[in-house]
Amino acid sequence: MLSGNLLWVLSGTMLLGIAAGITGTFSFLQKQSLVGDAAAHAALPGIALAFLLTGQKELPILMLGAGITSALSVYCIQWIVSFSKLKADAAIGLVLTVFFGIGVVFLTVVNRSPIGNQSGLNNFIFGKAATMTKADLMWLFISAAIIILVSLFFYKEWKLLIFDPVYAKGIGLPIEALKATLTVLIVMTIVTGIQAVGVILMSALLIIPAASAKLWTKKLSTMLLLSAAIGGIAGITGTFISAIRTGLSTGPIIVLVAASIFFISYFISPAGQINKYRRKMQFRKQGDIG
Amino acid sequence: MIEFWVVLTGLLVGVTCGIAGVFLILRKMSMIADAISHTVLFGIVMAYIITQSLNGFWMLIGAAVAGILTAYLVQLLHSSGIQEDAAIGVVFTSLFAAGVLLITLFASNVHLDVEHVLMGEIAFVPWDRWTVLGLAMPKAVWMLLLVLVINIVFLLLFFKEMKLATFDPVYAATIGIPVVFLHYGFMTSISFTTVAAFDSVGAILVVAMLIGPAATAYLISKTIQQMFVYSMLFGAGASVIGYYLAKLWDTSIAGMMATTVGLLFIITLISLKIIERRRKALVHKLEMS
Repeated sequence: MLSGNLLWVLSGTMLLGIAAGITGTFSFLQKQSLVGDAAAHAALPGIALAFLLTGQKELPILMLGAGITSALSVYCIQWIVSFSKLKADAAIGLVLTVFFGIGVVFLTVVNRSPIGNQSGLNNFIFGKAATMTKADLMWLFISAAIIILVSLFFYKEWKLLIFDPVYAKGIGLPIEALKATLTVLIVMTIVTGIQAVGVILMSALLIIPAASAKLWTKKLSTMLLLSAAIGGIAGITGTFISAIRTGLSTGPIIVLVAASIFFISYFISPAGQINKYRRKMQFRKQGDIG
Repeated sequence: MIEFWVVLTGLLVGVTCGIAGVFLILRKMSMIADAISHTVLFGIVMAYIITQSLNGFWMLIGAAVAGILTAYLVQLLHSSGIQEDAAIGVVFTSLFAAGVLLITLFASNVHLDVEHVLMGEIAFVPWDRWTVLGLAMPKAVWMLLLVLVINIVFLLLFFKEMKLATFDPVYAATIGIPVVFLHYGFMTSISFTTVAAFDSVGAILVVAMLIGPAATAYLISKTIQQMFVYSMLFGAGASVIGYYLAKLWDTSIAGMMATTVGLLFIITLISLKIIERRRKALVHKLEMS
């Protein structure tokens, strides 16, 4: 059952999960999780537009288009927040839906054009890892490897940026440039993942592993390792399940595997509910005796 | 006649969402509405699996339950120490994924495909009719009218309380206003709005209609009453303009409506900036002279 191709796809989604787990942790700690959601939805118009303009469905071209509109959406959110009295949540929601709406407009144009019917662009909405070719996977490997390496390279700087931005500025770190690099990396993660997971659920891969890891530890390095591991496990397990049962999109299953891990962590982790309850009971007992 | 029904449906979506969106923006809950619009899918599928029918009534109930569940779960995770944006992200992606999975597993043969739920097909609205009191109107129009009435009644009954609970929740709680009840009541009305609109504009684009017009109105309003009026006007305007643009370019109507929402917002924001700059320049000139 483990055909050669499946093995490739599995390692691809695992690597993707690891990369998303790492960048997701940084965006989680910056409280930017939902910006990632908007950026993921905003990949759709880029994909459709890239196809309309070039008439090709070569992955690098579509990825480039997706990257441009994703980055543009993040920029739009920042612009709206700083130039109007609108709050961040409204700006994120507005940008997310408008970009997605534009994406649907372009996608409909693509689907109605004679070449568009077989373009398979619809797969980008929910993801179909099984349809990935060797060439597609090569791009995924390269880009995931870059994401992981760059994250490790900037680890110290980002750590400082997140936990003590004032000090970071004081010792002369280029704050804005570091933030921009992080945004670029997050957009890159999204673009890498959309073919396997789809634009709608890609943000889950950024948010859920990080949120689960946070329940287990308070240390950034441990959190990164855990989050990467959870992302990797979710990627590999989800793809495997969807490969056994044909007809299931990969995205939802990967997300559900990740969600199960979160759910378990929510109860049994040190910061989880069971532990909390036990501690509460202990306090009550001590109170009774004293 | 067919065009009339489509435009009317669009108008109703615009007005209903415009009304519901005002308090969403003011209470800073836009992203919870986005979450609900995703999880409503889960509620609808569950309603279908349990009743084995696509009855609109059960769908409304399923959606309302899913909406309240979403609001409740986000609250639960948030209060146990998970930051709010992550709590929203975890809850809606999981429930949405579950909804998509359930559709592909149990409901793939029926008229409940995921793309329809996401993008809607307002052009098909006129063919699915219900006759109530001898009046044959499209199902979507009936549902939207019902939800519009519910939203208006909710506002008329609780306008003062909502206003206070929004701007000064602590004071509202002290003088005995049921803040929690209002929160969940409002979430229910958002779920109703979402499910009524989802048939025509799709679950995701309904959020554009919920947030966009109200956000645009927020830019130019001085009072909450003004904001309601502008929000309804922007919502209705976006849907009508969007419809004709979509017709012109033969593309997705719902997508074009969301695009128009964005356009209206950008135009309003930029003209506001220009007016502000001019006013400043004028003041500057007057001070100089």
